[in-house]
Amino acid sequence: MLYREAGDFSTTYSEDSQTFPIKFDRWRYYAVLFVAIFVIPFMINDYWVNSIFMPFLIYAIAAIGLNILVGYCGQVSLGTGGFMAVGAYACYKLMTAFPEVSMFIHVLLAGGITAAVGVLFGLPSLRIKGFYLAVATLAAQFFLVWLFNRVSWFYNYSASGQINAPERDTFGILITGPNTEAWATYMFCLIFTIFSAVVARNLTRGSVGRQWMAIRDMDIAAEIIGVNPLKAKLTAFAVSSFFVGISGALFFAVYLGAVEVGEAFGITKSFLVLFMIIIGGLGSIFGSFAGAAFLVLLPVLLKVIGVDWLGWPTDIVAHLNLVIVGGLIVVFLIAEPHGLAQLWRVAKEKLRLWPFPH
Amino acid sequence: MKYKLGTMAVAGLMAASPVMADLVFPSLSYRTGPYAAGGIPFADGYADYFTLLNERDGGIGGVAARVLECETGYNTEKGVECYESTKGEGALVYQPLSTGITYQLIPKATADDIPIHSMGYGRTSAANGDVFSHVFNYPANYWNGASAAINHILEQNGGDISGKKIALVYHNSAYGKEPIRTLEKLSEKHGFELSLLAVDHPGQEQKSQWLQIRREKPDNVIMYGWGVMNQVAVQEAANIRFPMENFIGIWWSGAEIDVTPAGDKANGFKALALTAVGDDFPLYEDLQKYVVDTGKAAGAGDQLGTVPYNRGIYAAMLAAEAVKVAQKMHGVDDITSGQMRDGMEALVITEDVMAANGLPGFGPSFSVSCENHGGEGMVAVTQWDASAGEFVTISDFAPTDMSVIQPLIDEDSAAFKAENNIASNCN
Repeated sequence: MLYREAGDFSTTYSEDSQTFPIKFDRWRYYAVLFVAIFVIPFMINDYWVNSIFMPFLIYAIAAIGLNILVGYCGQVSLGTGGFMAVGAYACYKLMTAFPEVSMFIHVLLAGGITAAVGVLFGLPSLRIKGFYLAVATLAAQFFLVWLFNRVSWFYNYSASGQINAPERDTFGILITGPNTEAWATYMFCLIFTIFSAVVARNLTRGSVGRQWMAIRDMDIAAEIIGVNPLKAKLTAFAVSSFFVGISGALFFAVYLGAVEVGEAFGITKSFLVLFMIIIGGLGSIFGSFAGAAFLVLLPVLLKVIGVDWLGWPTDIVAHLNLVIVGGLIVVFLIAEPHGLAQLWRVAKEKLRLWPFPH
Repeated sequence: MKYKLGTMAVAGLMAASPVMADLVFPSLSYRTGPYAAGGIPFADGYADYFTLLNERDGGIGGVAARVLECETGYNTEKGVECYESTKGEGALVYQPLSTGITYQLIPKATADDIPIHSMGYGRTSAANGDVFSHVFNYPANYWNGASAAINHILEQNGGDISGKKIALVYHNSAYGKEPIRTLEKLSEKHGFELSLLAVDHPGQEQKSQWLQIRREKPDNVIMYGWGVMNQVAVQEAANIRFPMENFIGIWWSGAEIDVTPAGDKANGFKALALTAVGDDFPLYEDLQKYVVDTGKAAGAGDQLGTVPYNRGIYAAMLAAEAVKVAQKMHGVDDITSGQMRDGMEALVITEDVMAANGLPGFGPSFSVSCENHGGEGMVAVTQWDASAGEFVTISDFAPTDMSVIQPLIDEDSAAFKAENNIASNCN
């Protein structure tokens, strides 16, 4: 009954090829956007922003970025943490060098710098693939973290090697630093998340995305039908790193405010984002959101239930958290290898026929 | 979206819980992960002391103390989550027991008017209270530690260490990097040669560092380690037969659990100390009677008397004393975090105060002022006696070289002040 396309006619090509061709789906999408933009900012406080929405939005951007590379172009990458670090440190250097420039510009430029670095580390993908490429990107991860730890120019020669986000604004509204308003940081991240999702969605639907997918499905066949692997792979690395860089910049400047590269952008971060897209669904923008939500919100939820409701000791809850999240990952991978996005697709199919499945 | 709604409902219920008249002490602890070996006893000590005050004295000034524990796993993201989820409960003071989380919280807590007590960790230049209005790191900081270690080596060598080689094995993080600048200044002053050996998180892999030590043969090794890194380092030092009496750890690298895995070979290992060692204090009788015997001890209750447990007790004692000062200053019992800050700034710890709390000679006497949030920086030295299985104090609380440290504090805090446009806190 829901998601029914009966009576939903397209009279132009653009109507037919839009992102949400089914009317109900489109309205649902508008409703989510409406709530996210016009309802949530008026309701949230510091706790909601800093513990739930901001990590969710920022990880969603990182997951979208990695999904382009891994899910759409088939190039396995374990360098996400390192690329996020590039975004964070680029943002820090820009923020401290040009304090009067708007944060929007800084974050976008940080994404651009990360894209350039990503292309550089994407060059080996032209020669190696699969597990070997994963190892090459792993090298990027370790090299970048080592670089930011080692070269003190990147952290402005501070004694501790930490980078701290000074107070910066955009259009006169504080975005970084301790005196920000909850809604401002939320909206700032939300704008970037929506921007990333829309751009990624449209890229993957167009000719560029088709080239990526052709490379993913079989690179030799793709080359024979005229896809330039150099261009396809490097654009995937560039676009992916651009988003990952944006997420790294937001992660440092808006969310945490102070970052230490080994701790915040270590190999665990790369795995976390990779798990997000595997659980969420490879090759799906919705999957990136679902995976980020799953891995960011579930631990918070379990903590709230275990510690605040049931009053269990914190260490037991922390251990249970690992067990439950780990167990759920295994269950999901066995029951639905295509991730939460596939579950969502199946649910939509079911809802379309409901309540008369035959 | 579904998850979002679910958690929203959960937190809605959380926010609805009533606010009680109590003194809230959030404990951002870590009982899991590679640093749990140090995190568990500290958190136990911190909680047990407040339990004792509640059970024995009915709280502080008649108001019950409530310890709000939140697991961070030494992870800064979880630290932020813990901070945000506990600050609404009326948190009086944060003691994150992590330099990374402290850096994170310094601007946030200052904006929220909640003090931070980073006792022997965190940002060292926060000792300058004129710039860091809400951050306290009394009784001693990392740079006092570095100076105390050098002082001890000086003492061993009759006051002359020129030409000696000293290696610093440090946790490759903000924590481990803190003492480098001080040690560099001290090496200029005393003429020793400093070599730096970084160990990456979490610190299980130190073969190459100790190979380098074996090759370079430094006269002394100073260690800034934490968690599993300490145990590995002591074991590696024992493996290369480095003389243990020349191996000195900061107070975070000197717990029983750090040296016991190496067995007898660890005998003679030295560590700096913020507090006295052991459980030979009148307070422990009360702890046994009111907390342990009644089954109210935090955690497994098996950490009493260990070095980090004593440090947790000490941290809690200093917090409780600051509450008393604040209660007197403002004439209210149920103080706010801003009043707590005033109390911490006016804190004076004398021998009498410690004795009144059942902890005579437990820590150094010191006083805090608006300009000086770091105390006098007195540090003791302890040594591990493997056959007795305990640390022994070999040098009592002694002053450190403030002529080197104070200019560094001023320089670093002035840079922070300029970078962030901070107004003077004092006058």
